Amino acid sequence: MDGIQRLGRWAIGTSERLGRGYLFLMAILAGVPSTLMRFSLVIQQLYSVGVLSVFLILISGLFVGMVLGLQGYYTLVDFGAEESLGVMVALSLVRELGPVVSALLFAGRAGSALTAEIGLMKSTEQLSGMEMMAVDPIRRIITPRFLAGFISLPLLAAIFSAVGIIGGYIVGYGLLGVDDGAFWTQMQTKTDLYADIMNGVIKSVVFGFVVTWIALFEGHDAIPTSEGVGRATTRTVVHSAFAILSLDFVLTALMFGEV
Amino acid sequence: MPLIEIRDLHFYRGDRAIFKGVDLDIYRGKVTAIMGPSGTGKTTLLKLIGGQLLPDQGSIKIDGQDVHQLKHAQLYELRKRMGMLFQSGALLTDISVFDNVAFPLREHTDLPESMIRDLVLMKLQAVGLRNAKDLMPAELSGGMARRVALARAVSLDPMMIMYDEPFTGQDPISMGTLVNLIKRINQSMGLTSIVVSHDLEETMAIADDIYLLSDGRVIERGTPETLQNSSSEWVKQFMEGLPDGPVSFHYPGVGFEDDLLRSKAAK
Amino acid sequence: MRQKKSTEVTVGLFVILGLLALFFLAMKVSNLTSFNDEPGYRVTAEFENVGGLKARSPVTLAGVRIGRVESITLDSDTYSANVVLNLYASFSTLPTDTAASIYTAGLLGEQYIGLEAGAEEEFLKDGDVIELTQPALVLEQVIGQFLFSKAGGDE
Repeated sequence: MDGIQRLGRWAIGTSERLGRGYLFLMAILAGVPSTLMRFSLVIQQLYSVGVLSVFLILISGLFVGMVLGLQGYYTLVDFGAEESLGVMVALSLVRELGPVVSALLFAGRAGSALTAEIGLMKSTEQLSGMEMMAVDPIRRIITPRFLAGFISLPLLAAIFSAVGIIGGYIVGYGLLGVDDGAFWTQMQTKTDLYADIMNGVIKSVVFGFVVTWIALFEGHDAIPTSEGVGRATTRTVVHSAFAILSLDFVLTALMFGEV
Repeated sequence: MPLIEIRDLHFYRGDRAIFKGVDLDIYRGKVTAIMGPSGTGKTTLLKLIGGQLLPDQGSIKIDGQDVHQLKHAQLYELRKRMGMLFQSGALLTDISVFDNVAFPLREHTDLPESMIRDLVLMKLQAVGLRNAKDLMPAELSGGMARRVALARAVSLDPMMIMYDEPFTGQDPISMGTLVNLIKRINQSMGLTSIVVSHDLEETMAIADDIYLLSDGRVIERGTPETLQNSSSEWVKQFMEGLPDGPVSFHYPGVGFEDDLLRSKAAK
Repeated sequence: MRQKKSTEVTVGLFVILGLLALFFLAMKVSNLTSFNDEPGYRVTAEFENVGGLKARSPVTLAGVRIGRVESITLDSDTYSANVVLNLYASFSTLPTDTAASIYTAGLLGEQYIGLEAGAEEEFLKDGDVIELTQPALVLEQVIGQFLFSKAGGDE
């Protein structure tokens, strides 16, 4: 009985949260037009959400690309197909690792920071205070951060992929002696602008939307105590990771499933 | 006609009733204090007046407008004429004192930056913190933060201002400063003030009109003098701070002896 | 809240960096550049078997890329594959008796069409058909034939 009751409570709680999350998203989207009129607010957030993540993305992208170069080479060389290293590195990054890994890093770096910031503003009554000053906190605080996250992640993912391919090239050409020309030309013939690169960008747009939404909602919905904010921050990272990986499966099946 | 009319206000938090039929009138130009023991929902009342919470029953009219019937835009328009001083100050932590006071002006007006500067310095001068304008909120003491918040609350020259526990946790000097400021600002700007507090002495010193709340109802209402001479047991207990009386020291439940006996019987 | 100039500048740099990365991916990594479809002309070739050939596979002559496969359809009368080739207009001097074969680049590589120029004096025009074709090499068939001939040779 106890277990069933707990299941029921969990189901009710989850549905309520989903409902609140949906209403929250609608409120964010309703604020978009007025936020676009004051784009300087978004620029400020682009700095703290996007620019501050660039370093992490650059370093991670470089290393992921280098590892792909090494691993790919050792596998491909057995088939005498090491010329295909460029294709392998590029497709892995552009289709999968670029959008997914940068979204995961983004959730850990920027998402958790957003949740903590909003949660803290809530617990110190800053949001409430703003409301009483007749400033809508959704439009003034939340929507600019949402737009910034939504814009940043696709750019970060592109940087990740580009740096990763360069990393793969450094290892493949510089270290392992794969033919320079074959690396690039094979990559170019096998990587399609629309089917591969555009789909990768679409993925990161979706991830940016979802991760920023989760992060802002968790912050706004946090219990306004230091413990509550801490838990909300953890939830942001965990839920974002779930959302990214499961959505990645769905999107991959939709995009690359049919030829 | 009172500025704020509260009629038959009911509010529940979950199953717990916070207000069970409260009637309040707050008159223009006066300092009205709302007092009561902790947990009687004084802060909740301010949030209801500010339209941040919805009542379960009853109405709150400000200047003839029912707060909870207003549309989003109208409510925000009304709030521009209300100031609220939060217990914590609720200053925006990532911008300086100056920017905090300038915040409502920059959000709601198109004044040139030079005029905003003059206005902000004027308000900061009024609370005695003009020279603290470049500090960040984290560098302020609790009392200073509240004074900055007060300067911010009056920056748009509102018609009324609500103080949420302005005296709690203050040392005697900053307490005295705040009492003085509230009184002075109320007189000089012709504001209507609502002070929510359980600090008797200070509240008595500034209030024109006092409401005592307990258990979701108005228990007593009057000027400081009439309350001091009240014959009600409850008012006496509250005014004199007696530990026991109509409000029991013990949390209600079974008697101590019964409890001891029961635990023995269980063995 | 004054916007700090340095904030704006770094955000600007960030956006530029992101767009450059996208540009790099589009121009350097993808096949966008090899897509500069100079208006070409189409010829059709009929193959018994196209193997792993796909739309957009390269068409080469003497190893030089001169076009790509535009579409592959099944001819329901002859049960063979109709392959439409799009050839660059600059290679307009292919004799009409040019032969087309399907090859594989390396053991695991992609399949492509190799053309061998014939000796006729007339050239292929838009809508013409290449008569001489050689189907893709299907590994199983080759091995099967090899085993068969071995078995036959032993007798």
